[in-house]
Amino acid sequence: MIREFAAIDVYYLLLAARWTLALTALAFVGGGLFGIVVALMRVSPFMPLRALGAAYVNVVQGIPLLGWLFVFFFGLPILAGVQVSSWVAATIAFSFYAGAFLGEIWRGCLQAIPRQQWEAGAALGLGFGEQLRHVIVPQAVRVAIPPTVGFLVQLIKNTSLGAVIGFVELTREGQLTNAATYRPFTVYIAVAAIYFAMCFPLTQLSRRLERRLRVAR
Amino acid sequence: MNYRFNFRDIWAQTDFILEGILVTLALTVVTMLSGLVIGTLGAAARVHGPRWLSTMVAAYVEVIRNTPLIVQLFLVFFGLPSAGIRLDAMTASMIALGINLGAYSTEIIRAGLEAIPRTQVEAGRCLGLSGVQVFRHVVLFPAIKVIYPALSSQFVLLMLGTSVVSQISAPDLFHVASIIQSRTFRDFEIYAVVSGIYLALALAMKLGFAAIHHLAFGRR
Repeated sequence: MIREFAAIDVYYLLLAARWTLALTALAFVGGGLFGIVVALMRVSPFMPLRALGAAYVNVVQGIPLLGWLFVFFFGLPILAGVQVSSWVAATIAFSFYAGAFLGEIWRGCLQAIPRQQWEAGAALGLGFGEQLRHVIVPQAVRVAIPPTVGFLVQLIKNTSLGAVIGFVELTREGQLTNAATYRPFTVYIAVAAIYFAMCFPLTQLSRRLERRLRVAR
Repeated sequence: MNYRFNFRDIWAQTDFILEGILVTLALTVVTMLSGLVIGTLGAAARVHGPRWLSTMVAAYVEVIRNTPLIVQLFLVFFGLPSAGIRLDAMTASMIALGINLGAYSTEIIRAGLEAIPRTQVEAGRCLGLSGVQVFRHVVLFPAIKVIYPALSSQFVLLMLGTSVVSQISAPDLFHVASIIQSRTFRDFEIYAVVSGIYLALALAMKLGFAAIHHLAFGRR
């Protein structure tokens, strides 16, 4: 039965937006862990590690996110021998995906620090790890914040693809609402507006932080 | 792990997969062209247009860049018919992708235009170059050089992003994968193979763009 699109539907969409944010948060934490490893591999003095990091980034960025979602959704049960929920599959796929992008962003930030800073650290007798920890990372973090916030916007938008493996977040809830009310235009405008409300402030924040960083230099 | 991989059923569908690849490539090329046109016009309006037009283009860019492509696609394909505009899946895909890429390329091209200092243009005029010559040698070529890396990686992202049109049943490579999945029940295998094809396409595009870059800008 087709019912009217009403205020309660907007409320349900807003509730579903929580799962968009929850998936974004999980993917950001998981992707952050992958990203740190990738960024460090990419600046390590050991060539095979650098090559491995670069290969990971190229492969992840060369395949559509939809591909990764399905490969993990159907591949994990083969690997684990049990059916996995769309939560598990989506979290792992998004972390894996975000790791490559965050790794690239953070590598760029590490490499933005002048080489002389590494050399100064070495001259003081610090090892590679100590140079990173005490000299490079504290400076790189400041550079890293604006693009990382910018990537968060990408991540929020990309979680919409979680809908295709049955993860009920904002876009999937929109599809379900549309199926019940058959008001596609109204429903998807509402969905788009909620995404915009989540993403636009972050875009602005990222821009402001970047401007401040440029002024500080 | 006692799963038996079976790719034989998938090799039997090679022709079908090839058709999907062609549709994906066609979507990519058409969108690259329309995105470039929209982006050039958008950037020109942002930089040189009157205030109201510049504001409108800025709003377009922000709205598109802060909402997911799949929702934009649903709006065009499912939403527009309620306004009396009925589109088939391919047309809707081309429109949604073009509008999406247009927003990103507007920003990229605008950055390129703004990278050319006004003093350069004045210097060109002082050297006795005509308006057209200044535009060609002082503005256009250096601007293209500035925007080329960002634009070409945006094109690769676009090619990968076209996979989303499978969700409105446009017959692209990813949609072909879902049909083969329902025919053969080899879900992991087909998505692994198709992902590999996308990876090959992405690498080919990157190599192609690098070669063009070398030919066009290598001497300088």
